[in-house]
Amino acid sequence: MRIVEKAQLMSASEIDRTLQRLAHQIVEKSGGTKHLALIGIRRRGVPLAQRIARAMRGIDGVDVPVGTLDITLYRDDLSKVAPQAVLQSSDISFGVDGMDLVLVDDVLYTGRTIRAAMNGIFDLGRPSRVSLCVLIDRGHREMPIEGQFIGRVVQTSDTEIIEVRLREIDSEERVVLVDRLEP
Amino acid sequence: MNYRFRDMLALEPLNADELRFLLDQSQNFQGIQRNPLKKLATLRGKTVALAFFENSTRTRISFGAAASRLGADTLNLQAESSSLKKGESLLDTVHTLDAMKPDCLVMRHASSGAADFVARHLEIPVINAGDGMHEHPSQGLLDALTIRDRKGTIENLNVTILGDVSHSRVARSNIHLLTKFGCRFTLCGPAMWLPRELEQIGPPGASMRRVFRIEEALAGADVIIVLRVQTERLHEPALSASDYILLYQLDAARLRLAKPDAIVLHPGPMNRGIEITPEVADGPQSCVLEQVTNGIAVRMALLFLLLVGSSESGIAQHPAAALEKDPTHASR
Repeated sequence: MRIVEKAQLMSASEIDRTLQRLAHQIVEKSGGTKHLALIGIRRRGVPLAQRIARAMRGIDGVDVPVGTLDITLYRDDLSKVAPQAVLQSSDISFGVDGMDLVLVDDVLYTGRTIRAAMNGIFDLGRPSRVSLCVLIDRGHREMPIEGQFIGRVVQTSDTEIIEVRLREIDSEERVVLVDRLEP
Repeated sequence: MNYRFRDMLALEPLNADELRFLLDQSQNFQGIQRNPLKKLATLRGKTVALAFFENSTRTRISFGAAASRLGADTLNLQAESSSLKKGESLLDTVHTLDAMKPDCLVMRHASSGAADFVARHLEIPVINAGDGMHEHPSQGLLDALTIRDRKGTIENLNVTILGDVSHSRVARSNIHLLTKFGCRFTLCGPAMWLPRELEQIGPPGASMRRVFRIEEALAGADVIIVLRVQTERLHEPALSASDYILLYQLDAARLRLAKPDAIVLHPGPMNRGIEITPEVADGPQSCVLEQVTNGIAVRMALLFLLLVGSSESGIAQHPAAALEKDPTHASR
């Protein structure tokens, strides 16, 4: 199987502008930043959440709390994770009771990650609202889950993969569409 | 770097990277102990058999809590109620338990090597919860995690172990783990509990010394591990309890001989007034209760690592693979 890059979906500056817009939308829809908190889903949701929080500081001058969530313990496919599942740290240092939480991830696909993330959040308390912010929505949902704040909707086939590459984790900053081709 | 572990029988065969991985995984489970809802569904439908052929309260409860918080069920076998009293062999008892189809066996036994022996006969992962005078790997890991939390590192520390080192599996697991991070060990206690051979139990080149005066053993210590004195081992004329207290009890005055930020660990259960004074046990340098809390995190990590994904490992699918299990290595 070969992996080929088919198209670039976003450049670094497009990612930046999209996150600025998402930050504005979240603040507007939430009626301010009071009770608002962002939860980045490991791995690439974490730097995205931190960047959105930074953009919000520019809008409202307020530091919105940012947490980190690892969903490993809540996955529904652990028995298929070969050969070894590994837990990463979660770090949510604020109480979630009564909070207006926004889950942040890079790509929304089947919805199973978000299902797992919500189970993880509800082990910590009872937020007043949970919404979802993603950079890319690529369709193919297997759960009744939708994003409220979406950077871009992309039509994909199920052999295609969307790779969000962020400078905090990868050596570059862009979003690409790649395809798996049978030899 | 990730590692796969088939069983968890001993810390001795593990290298520093594997041990660090286990501590990092355990650290990620610490946060769950503070969640308002501690019950996960990660191991839902899995069964953990707890076979304690030797009395234990805290280790058994700790493994039980770890299994339960991950959503697993437990089967309990305890020495007093077991058919071992009726003459059944260890292997027959274990095969009977195995026929109830647990996904993992946690066992404690008075004989060194018992867990290793059983692991060679079972396909399910085996966790050694203490075997005779050999090892108690989960205790070694929880002690190291506690030290790392308090001191910020487990590297190059001066560690003093006080008490009956020769009979202690806790001491051996501590030594096998911490020497791989450059810790220097001072073992201190009555001569009858400190045979010369103890100097050889660390890896080659490890700094291990035996000291018979507690004042000398405590000077410069970063970490003091106080072992439980099994009072049945204290008797006239070899050594009376009052002599032990006089010579080796850790009290506040003696603790001041160690570094000012030294920490005190005890695997429990403590004999207050024998090996440790209440003032030290309850003092700010004591980590005794943190050890208990960390024990659950370590055991959750071990159950998670041994039970998740194992159905895809290929080991369970090939009965013959059980024959290839290397009895000397816990990891693969």
